[in-house]
Amino acid sequence: MNIQTSYIISHLSKGMRLDGRKPDEHRKIEIEINPIEQAEGSARVKLGGTEVIAGVKLEVKEPFPDTPNEGVLMVNTELSPVASPEFELGPPRETAIELARIVDRGIRESHCINTEKLCIKVGEKVWMVMVDVQPLSHEGNLIDASGIAAIAALMTAKMVKYDEAGDKVIYEKTDESVPLDDIPVPVTFGIIDGKLIVDPTLEEEESMDGRLTITTNEAGDVCAMQKGGACSLTFELIEQAAEMSIKKGREIRELLRQSL
Amino acid sequence: MTTYKRNDGRKLDETRPIKMKVGVLKHADGSALVSIGRTVALAAVYGPRELNPRHMQESDRAILQCNYTMAPFSTKERVRPGPSRRSTEISKVTREALEPALFLKDFPKTTIDLYIVILQANAGTRTAGINAASLALADAGIQMRDLVTSIAAGKIEGHYVIDLNGEEEELTDCDLPIAYMPREKKFTLIQMDGKITKEDMKNVIKLAVKGCETLYEHQREALLEKWSKEGFE
Repeated sequence: MNIQTSYIISHLSKGMRLDGRKPDEHRKIEIEINPIEQAEGSARVKLGGTEVIAGVKLEVKEPFPDTPNEGVLMVNTELSPVASPEFELGPPRETAIELARIVDRGIRESHCINTEKLCIKVGEKVWMVMVDVQPLSHEGNLIDASGIAAIAALMTAKMVKYDEAGDKVIYEKTDESVPLDDIPVPVTFGIIDGKLIVDPTLEEEESMDGRLTITTNEAGDVCAMQKGGACSLTFELIEQAAEMSIKKGREIRELLRQSL
Repeated sequence: MTTYKRNDGRKLDETRPIKMKVGVLKHADGSALVSIGRTVALAAVYGPRELNPRHMQESDRAILQCNYTMAPFSTKERVRPGPSRRSTEISKVTREALEPALFLKDFPKTTIDLYIVILQANAGTRTAGINAASLALADAGIQMRDLVTSIAAGKIEGHYVIDLNGEEEELTDCDLPIAYMPREKKFTLIQMDGKITKEDMKNVIKLAVKGCETLYEHQREALLEKWSKEGFE
């Protein structure tokens, strides 16, 4: 075990973390709404030193053949080199793909976007809601920062106009919001020495055995989970994480509402 | 209380028919074929063997490399060969589900290569793949803390059900695959999508654990079938 890891563990056994937080405490969360004028909705989220921008763009596309009356939602994120010297250009590797899929799954599975309301003409034209997350600074826990930014961007997003005759989108924002029925929030726990730490920093990520992300919704239901890292965990730890993710999710949801 | 009738006549806590066999490939150091219902997974293990390029070597341990692939003919619509975002993620979570069972520090600078091919897909391919992979590792004679077992459970019309089949995946409130080491009582894979309460989630996990215990017996039998005849060196 390296010195940093043993230092973190010895602090944790006294209920402390290196940056002075308690195990169940997030770093300071700051949410800036609509920093990008060109986007239909956007948000810049800081989670301590981790920072991302999420933007929503709308397009009109043909629906998928198996869901002819539903619009499409896509959430994507990449590990851009601007956010860390560790990130490289090129096709996304597994960490980037996993990150994007965790964030996407949380939002998709909560069914917060009513995709049927995004149908323009059955079988022919539907709205496609694309949420892209651009990391700006990686100091740990990009999952939660990206998830919070993505949902914040969706909360602010406005529909644009569609010119049916000319078959093109007119990028003028209307007063109508993108149909959003729920606010899913991911909460990620680092797992270290059999204990849970909310919102791990980069230092903690380097030392932890693994992580568990649980996305919960307004009603306190669980919409997505994902374990990462080569660790194993007990049922009790999962239970504890579920409990905490609901509580923390509620706090963050409140913060999201206040920011609007 | 009315009971939910499953479309294939199974009980709520009954898995699909399971078949497991180890040592199915001639050239791999360890291999296994696992079928769970109509899902068929094949796994091959090589190593521990020298890792090239050398810069990938870890001086104090072996690395586990894992690749999950669906055969193009495994589904109704042909699967395009090559890695997809889905298969990349599954390869990663599979690797992380197996690593806790291995003693990688025993083999510095080497690699253990694990290849999983889904020959036929009808729900539960990642879990079938993990069951096959765990058997193939054991078949290769690689020491393990425990066998890793894996199964998904869900909730349909108010009932907890184990080992969802293709049709049930469309109906379930949640799809929750786990991987579990039965002797250690520890989880090595947890994923979920859907929407359920915390209580439901706990119950679904508990049901999946029961399924894993059943799979464990099948895995043991498959290993004994080959190795009790041939004997260990």
